[in-house]
Amino acid sequence: MHKDKVLMFMVVATEAVFFTLLILAYLYFHATSGEGAKQTALLDPLRTFYFSMFLFTSSFTVWRAEKNVDKKNFGRSRFWLLVTILFGITFLVGQGIEWTGLIRHGETVSTNLFGTTFFTLTGFHGMHVFVGLIVLSILLGISMLGDFQQPRTANSVGVVAIYWHFVDIVWVFIFSLVYLQVLS
Amino acid sequence: MHGTTMIFLVVMPLLIGFANYLTPLMIGARDIAFPRLNALGFWMLFFGSLMLYFSFIGGGAPAAGWFSYAPLSEKPYSATPGLDYWALGLLFMGVGTVSTAINLNVTILKYRIKGMSLKRLPLFVWMVFVNGFIILFALPPLNAALVMLLVDRQLFAHFFKAVYGGSALMWQQYFWAFGHPEVYIMVLPAWGMISEIIPVFSRKPIFGYGFVAGSTVAIGLLSFGVYAHHMFAVGLGHPFDFAFAFTSMAIAVPTGIKIFNWIATMWGGRIRFTTSMKYATAFIVLFTIGGISGVTFAVIPVDWQVTDTYYVVAHFHYVLFGGTIFGVFAAIYYWFPKLSGRMLSEKLGNWHFWLTFIGFNLTFFIQHFVGLIGMPRRVYTYPDMPGWAWMNMVSSIGAFVLGISVLVFLWNLFISLRQGKPAGNNPWEAWTLEWAATSPPEEHNFELVPPVRGRRPLWDLAHPDQPDWKLNKSEE
Repeated sequence: MHKDKVLMFMVVATEAVFFTLLILAYLYFHATSGEGAKQTALLDPLRTFYFSMFLFTSSFTVWRAEKNVDKKNFGRSRFWLLVTILFGITFLVGQGIEWTGLIRHGETVSTNLFGTTFFTLTGFHGMHVFVGLIVLSILLGISMLGDFQQPRTANSVGVVAIYWHFVDIVWVFIFSLVYLQVLS
Repeated sequence: MHGTTMIFLVVMPLLIGFANYLTPLMIGARDIAFPRLNALGFWMLFFGSLMLYFSFIGGGAPAAGWFSYAPLSEKPYSATPGLDYWALGLLFMGVGTVSTAINLNVTILKYRIKGMSLKRLPLFVWMVFVNGFIILFALPPLNAALVMLLVDRQLFAHFFKAVYGGSALMWQQYFWAFGHPEVYIMVLPAWGMISEIIPVFSRKPIFGYGFVAGSTVAIGLLSFGVYAHHMFAVGLGHPFDFAFAFTSMAIAVPTGIKIFNWIATMWGGRIRFTTSMKYATAFIVLFTIGGISGVTFAVIPVDWQVTDTYYVVAHFHYVLFGGTIFGVFAAIYYWFPKLSGRMLSEKLGNWHFWLTFIGFNLTFFIQHFVGLIGMPRRVYTYPDMPGWAWMNMVSSIGAFVLGISVLVFLWNLFISLRQGKPAGNNPWEAWTLEWAATSPPEEHNFELVPPVRGRRPLWDLAHPDQPDWKLNKSEE
């Protein structure tokens, strides 16, 4: 395996521990800490599901971008990168709608333990999506400048794709545990 | 601040600095895998530390101990921004540390020279490798706890505030899930240093290479399962306490294995007591004392009796000073010629060693007893109880001796850098690859790397008639 990919897998491993602990905090308070931690009725699982589909699908599109770099179809790879970025933005818009709705309801990070854990968890996830979007945009930019044609940089899309899949998988867990409440 | 500084700004940078410098040299690589990321890690440490120390002028230093227990660390009890700087600074340094650990591990996985299989890896590199994985999985709990604390303090959230249903205990769980593996982060590379130094000055290969490496892996895994022995006094319940008492005793086994390996390496060797070797030998003795007092904490009633007393202070100074810092001094005397091209003065080194050894034991050994008779830690003064005053006086005298020893050391560094004997490439007749490079090494480390067919490539090079790989089939 290329050293860049080894690097990214280690980044993902350490990040996974971080998110596991944030999720554990949410679940712990949800299970033990009274009504204030159980305000999940305020959430809109169906709407979030629609927006989540964009994030889930973007794992597929970034994979297409990676494969097309391998096949040296740089134009197509750029197309799929752009689609990935747009899907990611759409997901973040959905998160924005969710957050503003909650805040209008008076549910903020300091209202109760649901707010505390929910906003911290989804906030950090959203921040990771946002960072991913920045990196993907950089990739798109340098691809338009004609990079990825040398073997030294050919890996880049594949490496970022590992990160993007990870962000996606974290959302699978958050969505099923927080919105679908599969454990409660 | 003393704890935080010593752990994050002294011990870890010293160890990771050595790892950073030596790992590429020892595996025959030209540099670390990602030099720019490496620089990023360094600057994150640098600016993180500035942020931590900015607290002194930015409203008052954090005053909740290095573990900053909630709710003491929450706004109502620590109103100044000191703790915010503390948390932000540690967050920065933590991310920097993780990036460097990943960098080192990718280097070890991908940049080994031909022939340098994992079974031939120098033990220092083995320890750095295992250490990297501990860092990878132990730092995120700290970072998670820190961001939760910051969200609590800055955004008025309720993670650790019991009044709102939050849990102060969760801070302790998360903190020690980091805090105990951290103890191993702070000692593994020192073990690696000792495992390089003792064989060279005993003129024998390490005894039981596989056991040293294997027990390190065992410690890496076990280190995540012992943390709650820091919390026996909290009242977690008997089943929980017993489980952690058991694992805490179990982790002493792979640690003991290493002690026996080092002693067996020295046994029957032609020992050269250079300053470096003196420090390495003292390491074995002092670390064993610290290790044994550590096991006593695994006995829950003993822990209840001595928790938060000077007995604990004595214990972890034997581990971290008598262990890690003695290991680092051994390493400095051993590798300084490689770093600078000049030898450190053995005469001053001898003074430095004995002053450190005497000063250290004077300061900390008596604290076992001060603690056993009940003197609490973290209180700046103490009542006039029989015996307490003279014991504390002994401790203070020891601390001054220790202070003088550091001056001797600094003088030695200063004078040897200017007038030290030129070292040559391999002053200790050592066997690992860094001694094949010039002293100091060139920017790309090596022109030519000798062939690696065993664990001691330079021995093989010097003794073509009886190389290791002919005698020892396990190195194939």
